Amino acid sequence: MKAQTEQRIAVSILFLCTFLVVVPVLVILIIISMKGVSALTVSFLFDMPQNGMTSGGIFPAILGTVYLVVGAIVFAVPLGVLSAIYLVEYAKDTPLSRLIKLAIVNLAGVPSVVYGLFGLGIFVIFFGFGASILSGSLTLGIMILPVIITASREALESVPKTFRIVSLSLGASKWQTIRHSVLPHAIPGILTGTILGLGRAAGETAPILFTVAAFYLPKLPQSVFDQTMALPYHLYVISTQVPGIPEHTRYGTALVLLLLVLLLNLGAIILRYQFRKKKKW
Amino acid sequence: MVKNTVKVSIQSLSIFYDTVQAVKNLTLDIFPNEIFTIIGPANSGKSSLLLTLNRLGEINPSYRKTGTVLLDGENIDTLNVEILRRRVGIVFALPFPLPISIYDNVAYGPRMQGIKKKSILDGIVESALTEAYLWDEVKDRLQSPAMNLSGGQQQRLCIARVLALKPEVIMFDEPTSGLDPISTARVEETLRTLKAHYTIILVTNNVAQAARVGDRTAFLLMGELIELDNTNKLFTAPADKRTDDYITGKFG
Amino acid sequence: MNTAWNIVRKIKEHVIEKVILFSGTTSILFVLLIFVFLLKEGLSIFWMVPLSDFLFAKNWYPISDPPQFGILPLILGSLFVTFGAAVLSVPIGIASALFIAEIAPPKLKEVMKAGIELLAAIPSVVIGFIGMMTLGPLIKDLFNLTTGLTALTGSITLAFMAMPTIVSIAEDAITAVPRSYREAAIAMGATKWQTTWRIVAYAARPGMIAAVMLGIGRVIGETMAVMMVTGNAALIPRSFLQPVRTLTATIAAEMGETVQGGEHYSALFAIGIILFIITFIINGIADLYLHRTRK
Repeated sequence: MKAQTEQRIAVSILFLCTFLVVVPVLVILIIISMKGVSALTVSFLFDMPQNGMTSGGIFPAILGTVYLVVGAIVFAVPLGVLSAIYLVEYAKDTPLSRLIKLAIVNLAGVPSVVYGLFGLGIFVIFFGFGASILSGSLTLGIMILPVIITASREALESVPKTFRIVSLSLGASKWQTIRHSVLPHAIPGILTGTILGLGRAAGETAPILFTVAAFYLPKLPQSVFDQTMALPYHLYVISTQVPGIPEHTRYGTALVLLLLVLLLNLGAIILRYQFRKKKKW
Repeated sequence: MVKNTVKVSIQSLSIFYDTVQAVKNLTLDIFPNEIFTIIGPANSGKSSLLLTLNRLGEINPSYRKTGTVLLDGENIDTLNVEILRRRVGIVFALPFPLPISIYDNVAYGPRMQGIKKKSILDGIVESALTEAYLWDEVKDRLQSPAMNLSGGQQQRLCIARVLALKPEVIMFDEPTSGLDPISTARVEETLRTLKAHYTIILVTNNVAQAARVGDRTAFLLMGELIELDNTNKLFTAPADKRTDDYITGKFG
Repeated sequence: MNTAWNIVRKIKEHVIEKVILFSGTTSILFVLLIFVFLLKEGLSIFWMVPLSDFLFAKNWYPISDPPQFGILPLILGSLFVTFGAAVLSVPIGIASALFIAEIAPPKLKEVMKAGIELLAAIPSVVIGFIGMMTLGPLIKDLFNLTTGLTALTGSITLAFMAMPTIVSIAEDAITAVPRSYREAAIAMGATKWQTTWRIVAYAARPGMIAAVMLGIGRVIGETMAVMMVTGNAALIPRSFLQPVRTLTATIAAEMGETVQGGEHYSALFAIGIILFIITFIINGIADLYLHRTRK
């Protein structure tokens, strides 16, 4: 009887803890949605900022984030997928492959602001790209590399071994086997990881602080060597650096960023679900 | 029947997985256009032997072999491995169709050799499927997924897939272990007709099947060759007591 | 007919395989490059300020004349906030993981996991923004302070941000405990709770330690949210109810004002080196524990 009481109390405490984690998430979403939705107008989304950002829209910040994210993906996806192919299909259990795995774990753990310093040191200064979309995209790209590699590895490992054996037994070379019998079946998983990486890149602020982000730049970038505004940095700036910004503009900006990131994540979840449902083996 | 040529010659072959020895110092010859059956209980080294003949065993990192295998007198280790695997095809115990269409499964091998022309591929696919007695059943749905076929059809598809390589030797690793008696009979019939054009190596743990289709039969036990003879002789008057015990079902 | 095609294919494949091998090693290359560039830009501060002074001097006045580069207040700021976040997030996170993995019915489990994934997806600048707008004023009123942006505010915000890492990795570790352990315990008459706590949680310890380490790594490295809610006063902290400034926030807030190659600039890079080394060690340890669970 005593054990039963103990169990009831313990389970209640555990439930309360989980509640404490999950409920604030909903509260955050609700607060931002309620206070931000009034700002969401066509002109807010598609106009230039005016009067030192106190009025007008956030279009350059939205577009800037899209540029940065696309740049990061163009850099990180090919590299990440090839790297995963190496680890899953080629590497044996050698010191080198163990070192690579350790490096990936550490890349995933490097603080985002340290990526910012790195991007400043190597791309902005050493390669002379200046504070530019190119520098920012490359910095973000390296930051999301572990996400892409890990997702691609899981996707490749989930392709049954028999596919490889059958393909090799039919006289295909190793690369033909990977190209025709492994990669096509890993694509949905790789895509899911890519979208998660996109979401991560879109929301990060610290890596772009010193590599690309412009404080107030009411014009659109013309080339990859231009600076640009970006949504997360814009939110930081208007909520801490510039006084007198109307509250609904701040919440509106937060809502746009949140929607962008959550929609990307939702896309990844749906894709993963569809893939699991359709899986043929 | 006098055979004066040897298709596959196995000389002092031993196979290891790490420290475990799967095949022990095996020497035997396989002649062209015969059905050479290999019988023996589980873990007797039958499958390891097949995986050695087309060097598929090498993809397992712990696999190692000593000794020589000759194909038409040439050491297989000196041949291009992709060409070797086309010359020596294999059909596995379970049908493993790739999750693509029937057509693409059969055309897979030829495409990997660089054959791209649709008319040529169409011809190869049709003749391979016909030879595997599957054409009539699937000719109207070549583009549907291979996974939708029944077990027996999938196994014949896998045979067609190998035939499309235009191989010289076809190895069957317990090809009917997962099939019902009717499908089994069809596969065995296929084997008998294929013999005219190919050298067949059939591994089976079904003793009756070896007796039905084999020309010569080898009995392997714990990686050692116990006895090798014409199938009739081996089944009616085995020289070794262990062979007798195995084929009469005293162990296995 | 196909020989020429095959030769071209062979060459192509050879090149592709070299590219794959190179791509495989780029992760090592990037880790090295990060370290090298941090050293390149940051080491020069140590010609001026000895390492022991840099680490243990009490004053961070980078723009006074003469400037003072003692990062002790920043280290303590990071420690305060990290400690506070760990105290809050570790027990709650582990408890949530146990609930989700062992007790929650399947439907509820899916909802809770989705909630936690959602939390992981929210950008840190948004969490910082919300912390600043809602939690800050709350703390200010609750404790009657002049400002609500304090170490405590930072700890609560960061505890929340560490949660997805701790919960998901701990949950994986708990789920990986073999079924037979639970069945044996139940067969011996243990209640569900006794089994969960004494058997399952005990067996999942290495994975839980890894979860905590990675959560702490996340907290130490977190920048934007912490910068927005801790008030950013580079003073030696004496209580959780006063503003503090962390290592990460210092870099983010001050780099914009520095002269490239100057002392202040390289001091900020030196802070980067310290952060890099700390997270390297933490992640290394976590990885060790993770591998122990898998075996």
